[in-house]
Amino acid sequence: SQSSSLCKTTPSTAKSPRKIVFVGLEIHAQISSNSKLFSGSQVQFAAPPNSLVSFFDASLPGTLPVLNRRCVEAAVMTGLALNCSINKKSLFDRKHYFYADLPAGYQITQQRVPIAVNGSLSYSLCIDNKMSQMVTKTVRIKQIQLEQDSGKSLHDDTRSQTLVDLNRAGVGLMEVVMEPDMCCGEEAAAAVRELQLILQTLGSSQAVMAEGQLRVDANVSVHHPGEPYGVRTEVKNINSMRFLAKAIDYEIQRQIEELENGGTILNETRAFDSKLGCTVPMRDKEGQQDYRFMPEPNLPPLILYDAKSLPANMNHQQVINIDWIHERLPDLPSVKRKKLVEQYGILPEHSFTLLNEDGLAEFFESVVKQTQMKPKKVIGWILKDLLSYLKQHSLTVKESPVSSFLLADLLNLLEKKEISSTAAKQVLAELWKGEGKTPLEIVKEQKLELLQDQKELEQICQAVIDGHENEVMAIKAGNPKVLNKLIGLVQKKTQGRSNPVLVKQLLEKKLSG
Amino acid sequence: MRALLLGPWLRAARGLPRAPGSGHRHRGHGGHRPQGPLRQKVSVEVLDHLEHLALVDFRDAEGVERLQKAIQFADQLHEVNTNGVEPMDSVLEDRCLYLREDDVTEGNCTKELLENAREKVEEYFVAPPGNIPLPKLEERETFLQGSQ
Repeated sequence: SQSSSLCKTTPSTAKSPRKIVFVGLEIHAQISSNSKLFSGSQVQFAAPPNSLVSFFDASLPGTLPVLNRRCVEAAVMTGLALNCSINKKSLFDRKHYFYADLPAGYQITQQRVPIAVNGSLSYSLCIDNKMSQMVTKTVRIKQIQLEQDSGKSLHDDTRSQTLVDLNRAGVGLMEVVMEPDMCCGEEAAAAVRELQLILQTLGSSQAVMAEGQLRVDANVSVHHPGEPYGVRTEVKNINSMRFLAKAIDYEIQRQIEELENGGTILNETRAFDSKLGCTVPMRDKEGQQDYRFMPEPNLPPLILYDAKSLPANMNHQQVINIDWIHERLPDLPSVKRKKLVEQYGILPEHSFTLLNEDGLAEFFESVVKQTQMKPKKVIGWILKDLLSYLKQHSLTVKESPVSSFLLADLLNLLEKKEISSTAAKQVLAELWKGEGKTPLEIVKEQKLELLQDQKELEQICQAVIDGHENEVMAIKAGNPKVLNKLIGLVQKKTQGRSNPVLVKQLLEKKLSG
Repeated sequence: MRALLLGPWLRAARGLPRAPGSGHRHRGHGGHRPQGPLRQKVSVEVLDHLEHLALVDFRDAEGVERLQKAIQFADQLHEVNTNGVEPMDSVLEDRCLYLREDDVTEGNCTKELLENAREKVEEYFVAPPGNIPLPKLEERETFLQGSQ
């Protein structure tokens, strides 16, 4: 359910009155395709400089843009997943500015009529740090547009020059514009994370921030309630999810302090300096930009169809059917989470963690299939034991030395009460070594089997009772906690091979008699 | 004939009061073409702005005059009543936008591309460290300096 904002207004202090914070985002996601938006050169990260560049990408005279069908489909999928209206007719424009990595002197984008408009994205936040209470928020999607990426500039300050690599020039981008419905770094980061998961689920973008496939610019403004909206600054150069929240929160704080000190906020572009943890004005961006938008004369309007408007006589390959794409959308993360909760009875916050980690949900489901243990119990082993181990060793789920098969095997031993849960953790620790032993082999090796002989266990319990008169008296006098000490002593005597629940029952039975 | 989109931008940038008798010229309304001395001149501010944006050099009075004449020529379009008519930005508007299959068919011509480069470093193009902004009007040698 939606809650009214978590942090829409900053807290009021004696020194400063409340302020309202607006955070909007412009997110550029690289389209996952073989070739570029308007040319047939390859899209690939880390290739020899200028090896993936066609004559068009280098803006040589006489070349023309030819639209890549796959890029359009990616944008339509994304628009549909974000509840947008897809514009059946959208237009391309030129945005002019000079920069060494933009050889044409303009970028082909969609400024007047983009491919998708008026959508929404729902995301969740934990109210406290313990992840026990989640709240759902929504941010409006203003639009999604198709546009070209620019090349890359490598600044060589020592020789006072810039090296330009055009491999990235012309790669297809989807720019997703989020309205300023967010009010702090945490909300922005959560929204971006959810968008990232959606894009990865759709396959329209791999959205790996580290490889520059997902870039975020934040627009931040602050004002007093009842007063006119504050001046907006743009924050660029945010390279990771971690820095996203930091950069935005720093900028919010900077603006608040500036206003409190009687200063003014300039409508400028600032870069986030991750080393210093602050935002600084960007060079080359002073003053207002005039992009001289004009229609792209070499591209007619992009027409999309649906089931109703499908033309009869056109070549299939030239037709994009929005309804056809809609029918084939995979389950989005929010739907997947719901299904996990419903099917397995796990908590909503568990479903978030499962989807947050690539491959973890599949791993969990695979274990559940192979074990008799209830999913509600399995989830604990997945989220606490497996996940924390993976994190400690910086491994992905795919790299886990413990397969779902092995873990299920272990959990079955536990479920059949052949070992205690303490022993199970010991076995798991051994399995991490990845030496190819099965859980049963480890149990036998380390003699971890639970004592199955009830008589022997009863004898040990009796021996412990007989040897600890003081504790027995304390328990009988109404101090039940002392029982734990006796249980512990039995465990010690059996070298951890006794089922603590059974031991407790036996001791209680003996002491009540 | 339909309205050229250039017009409104130029009018807004000029910021000069409309010459009397030239009629109220906005899109979709048949207006009068301004005559000789009454026609609006492009201000120095706009010319300076254009030089920054497009890195053109108007160089001399003739260059500016040529621009004036071009605007005047395009302004003829305002004589047509375009009420309720969608602007056309290209004669291609009814053509089908061709969609290409997502195959890799180009690239791998580093050597050829770098042949055009005046300077290169290990297969990178070389450029100055950043944009070198055109100096302000007062500080650069241009015909525009000293004009009204």
